[in-house]
Parts: sequence; structure tokens; C-alpha cells
Amino acid sequence: MIKARNVSVSIGRKRIVSGADLEAPAGTLVAIVGPNGSGKTTFLRALSADLAYEGEIGINGHDLAGLKPYQLAGMRAVLPQATALSFPFTVREVVGLGLSGGRSGALAGEQQHLPERALARVDLDGFAGRFYQELSGGEQQRVQLARVLCQVWAPVLEGRPRYLFLDEPVSSLDIKHQLVIMRIARDFAARGGGVIAILHDLNLAAMFADRIVVMHRGRVAATGTPQDVLSDGLMSRVFECELRVCVPPEAGLPYVLPHAASL
Amino acid sequence: MPVGVHEQGGAGDRSSRARLALVVLSVLLAATVVASLGYGASDASIWGVVADLAARARGGEAAMSLRDQVIVYDIRLPRTILGLLIGAALAVSGAVMQGLFRNPLADPGLVGVSAGASLGAVSVIVLGGSTLAPLVAVFGLYALPAAAFAGGLVVTLSLYRISTRSGRTSVATMLLAGIALGALAMAFTGVLIFMADDRQLRDLTFWTLGSLAGATWAKIAAAGPVIVLALAATPFVARGLNALALGEATAHHIGVPVQRLKNVSIVGVAAAVGASVAVSGGIGFVGIVVPHLLRLLIGPDNRYLLPASALLGASLLLAADAVSRTIVAPAELPIGIVTAAVGAPFFLWILLRRRGLLDL
Repeated sequence: MIKARNVSVSIGRKRIVSGADLEAPAGTLVAIVGPNGSGKTTFLRALSADLAYEGEIGINGHDLAGLKPYQLAGMRAVLPQATALSFPFTVREVVGLGLSGGRSGALAGEQQHLPERALARVDLDGFAGRFYQELSGGEQQRVQLARVLCQVWAPVLEGRPRYLFLDEPVSSLDIKHQLVIMRIARDFAARGGGVIAILHDLNLAAMFADRIVVMHRGRVAATGTPQDVLSDGLMSRVFECELRVCVPPEAGLPYVLPHAASL
Repeated sequence: MPVGVHEQGGAGDRSSRARLALVVLSVLLAATVVASLGYGASDASIWGVVADLAARARGGEAAMSLRDQVIVYDIRLPRTILGLLIGAALAVSGAVMQGLFRNPLADPGLVGVSAGASLGAVSVIVLGGSTLAPLVAVFGLYALPAAAFAGGLVVTLSLYRISTRSGRTSVATMLLAGIALGALAMAFTGVLIFMADDRQLRDLTFWTLGSLAGATWAKIAAAGPVIVLALAATPFVARGLNALALGEATAHHIGVPVQRLKNVSIVGVAAAVGASVAVSGGIGFVGIVVPHLLRLLIGPDNRYLLPASALLGASLLLAADAVSRTIVAPAELPIGIVTAAVGAPFFLWILLRRRGLLDL
């Protein structure tokens, strides 16, 4: 369980996030949505222990502030928006960094094959020997997802709750791979992991999230199931444009469209 | 364009190749050491040294004349050990700095760390009898390396502060700030040289070019422990530097204590470069040439790159020293000239290959 209570974050003198609450139990996928500049990424960085914050953040019952980097690394993995690499590592080596981290010790026999399996999951079979820097942005993003999967996959399969923080995981991907990645996140949650994902695509959030946290001007404007949260009024107010939420009976899921009159 | 790396250990896994390279480089270094002991202006030969070492190993009498023994064990041996230590220190410092700054152009000589260390060392030489006498009294033999370490540390820390903003290092800022800091250190060094007397000037001349010529057991005693300690710390930063290639935030997410990694790396580089400069002056380009060649060969994984840099750096500096002491025999060229003559074109070659790197 990831539990944030009354979390505020300031960068310099500017308060970016104020009094935000969030709960992400193991086994669920929580989407954070909101317009640009609403504090989503800053909130996620506080949850990742990258930024100083006020308030309380707990991970599996431990106070986030009291955990050392290697302890945190064992509990959660973070996928940033984009990752530039400064030296010519191969894809296999980049994914392997998720396993070794800063700790010493050789990989156990079983772990040796995790990178290949993780690459297969993200639809990058046969990419292990390629150089990371020569891949497209979307391919790099999938390599990074394979890396973070390696970091927390094995414990989840053993029934220990671990978490994935994804910052716009699909923003550079084509529609097929958006679905590939979101299904992996969904599957990770189904096996007992927890996922917190910042998503810009409200329809992907509606399709895949158990709960949606809507952020607006640094505050949590609403939290609930997609059906609860995605309403014409709230979406139009938060995103400051007229939006219409439709729920076609055959799909049973809401989807969001710009209002025809505002086009 | 290389399509990819495919080997037995699974595609993209270069660790078996890297391990093989470590074995080959160890053999190369052993051969270079023996050659360095047996090669020089005097006629004490490689085979003489090998026979003598073998005879001693069996507990027997020395197999060389007394004159050759003095040449080999009191002149060539300290020089070889010093060259080995300094070559390893400079190459590893370069590799660690490149990992820390996240770019392949960082080199202690290029970005002013050596200049800062020189300033520290020159301060002790010129002012050791007057203003800095208390320092010399406290540190004794170690005053020179300690001052060089302090100078190198100040430059490395300033450089890191200036060129890194929110975890990202700008290549252009780093190189330009390095030039500025180096120039500043050299200006102060110039003032000190201006103040120096004739005897001190003779001591100072080799700083500008770098040389192993004055190698003595005392210098090894002063610089050796510092360098060995700094090299011994490298296995503890290797994995962290690998993770740092993904950026500071991601390294932290993977579990690396980033601040401690940076502190250990900066202090280690300053110590190794400071100790090297204190005893041999500014020998340039070893720190950029060696890691770059090795990355082409075994990849950028620091768990292999750092020990391989130590081995190849030591071998290359011993080879450069052999060139420097024989190419104009019986006179001797400062080794800094040899490394610069080879290293500077090499640096240009890297720049041309990666021209886009500076457009940041």
C-alpha cells in the first residue's frame, strides 16, 4: 500500500502540490490525470522520494523518509518520462541495471534470464544486442519499462507487494504499444503489485485504471473510480475546455471527447 | 554502424569479453613491467633482469653485476613502479570523472583538476620554507601530495557545482568551466613561479611538462599509498557509476546512494590526481585515451572498465616512458610531451567522431 496524506511540495518558493492525498493498495492501478502544470509529476517525484515534502508518505507501512535508497529500490521502481543515456550500453546492459542497481553481488541463476523475459514482455524480442542510443524514442521507453519491471517483478511473483510508478509511460508510443504497456501495468496489478501512472489520455485511464486521481492547480480535485470521476462538469472545469463524457452501453466504460460545439 | 553485440553469454552481454580483456591486459602489463626494467640507455638487458629475478626467486645469488643491480633496482625499479601507479591513477581518474560527469570528454588534465593540483604542489615548493612552513612541519613527506590533493579537490568540486544543474551535466559548460578554472590555477601558479628562486625554479620546470625522471623510493612512499587507496575504492563506485549513466534521479530509483557516490568519486579523483601531480607533474591525456579505447573494446560497464583502465593506463604510461627516455638518448624527453603528442590528436579524433556532443 502506498499512502500519501496531506502532502505538499514546494520548489524554490513556489508551492507546486498542496495537501494531496492518495491511496494505492497492492493489486490496483491508480491513474493520476490533470492538465499540464497541475503538479502530477511533482507529486509522483515526492512519492518516489526525489523531492523534499511536507506531510506523510508511507510505503508498505514504512515511512518513506526513513528508508535508504537501496531499501526503496526493493519496494518500488520508477519509470521517468524519458531517459537519456550517456554511454553506449547495449539494451541488455540497460535492462540489467534494474537488477544490479547500486548493490554488489552476482546475479542468482534465475535472475540471469529476467532481462530477456522482460524484453519479450515489452515486445522487444531480439533487441538485447542493440545499442540503446540507436533506438527510437518509443523503443527506448519500452527498454526502460523492461528495466523497471526487472527491478520489482520477481518479488511480486512471490506474493510480496511492490510498486511501479509510471510517469506518462505511453506518451511516446504508437497505439499498439500504448495498449501493450498498459496491459503490462494492468497485469502487474492483477498479480498483486501496485501501479501509479500519470496518464494524459483520459480514455486509457478509463480503460485501465481502478481509481483515478484528478489533479488541478496542485490539489487533488477528485478521487474515485473512472465512472465516478469522469463527468462532463468535473472534466470541463479541470481541463478548462468543454468536454463530454460518453458511456456507450456495449463498452460499459466512459470515454471523453471534446464537445462538438467547442471545435 | 555497428548493428549490435552478440556473444555467447546472450545477446548484448559483453561481460565474458570484458573478463577476457582483463586477463590479456594483465599479461600485457606484466610484460611491460619486465620490459621497462630491462630497457634503457644502459645495457642491463631484459634477459639479464629475468635471469636475475629467477635466480633471486630460487633464493640464489644475484645474476647481475653490481652496477646493473643499482641501475635496475635503484633507478629503473622505482621509476617503473611510479609509472605503473601514476598510469593507473590517471586512467582510472579519467574513467571515474567521465562516469560522474556523464560524458566521455572529462579528463583531469583537460578540465583543470591537474592544474589545481599543480597549484597546490607549487605552493608547497615555493612557500614551503616560509608561509607554508607549518603545513610542511605537520605533513612532512606528505605535504606535497596533500597540497596537490587539496588543489585538485577544490577544482573538481567547483567544476561539479558549476556544470551540473538538477542532476544534468552540460558538456559545454563543463569543458569551458574547466578551461577557466585551469587558467585561474595556472595564473596563481605563475605568480608563485615569479616569486621562486633559482633552485626552486629547477624543481618547478618539470611541472609544466610532467616527467617520471625524478622517481625515487621516497616519492613512491609519498604518493603510492594515496593512489593505492583511491584505486581500492573503485570497485565500490563501479555499479553506482553505471546507474548514473541513466541520470541521477534514475540512479537513486535503482537504489544508488547518489550523494555518497559523488562524494567518494570526487574525493577519489582529487586524491589520485593530486598524488600523481605531486610526484610527476601534469601528464596529460592518459585519462581520456585509455577509457575511450577500452569502451570501444569492452563497452562502458564500469565494473570492467575501471580495472581495465588501471591495467592499460599503467602499461601505456610505462611504454610512453620507455619512448621518452630512449628517443633522444642519452638525453630524455619529458613524458608529458610524449603523452600529449599521442593524446591530443586522439582527443581531436573523438571530437570529430562525436561532433554533435557539444551542441548541448
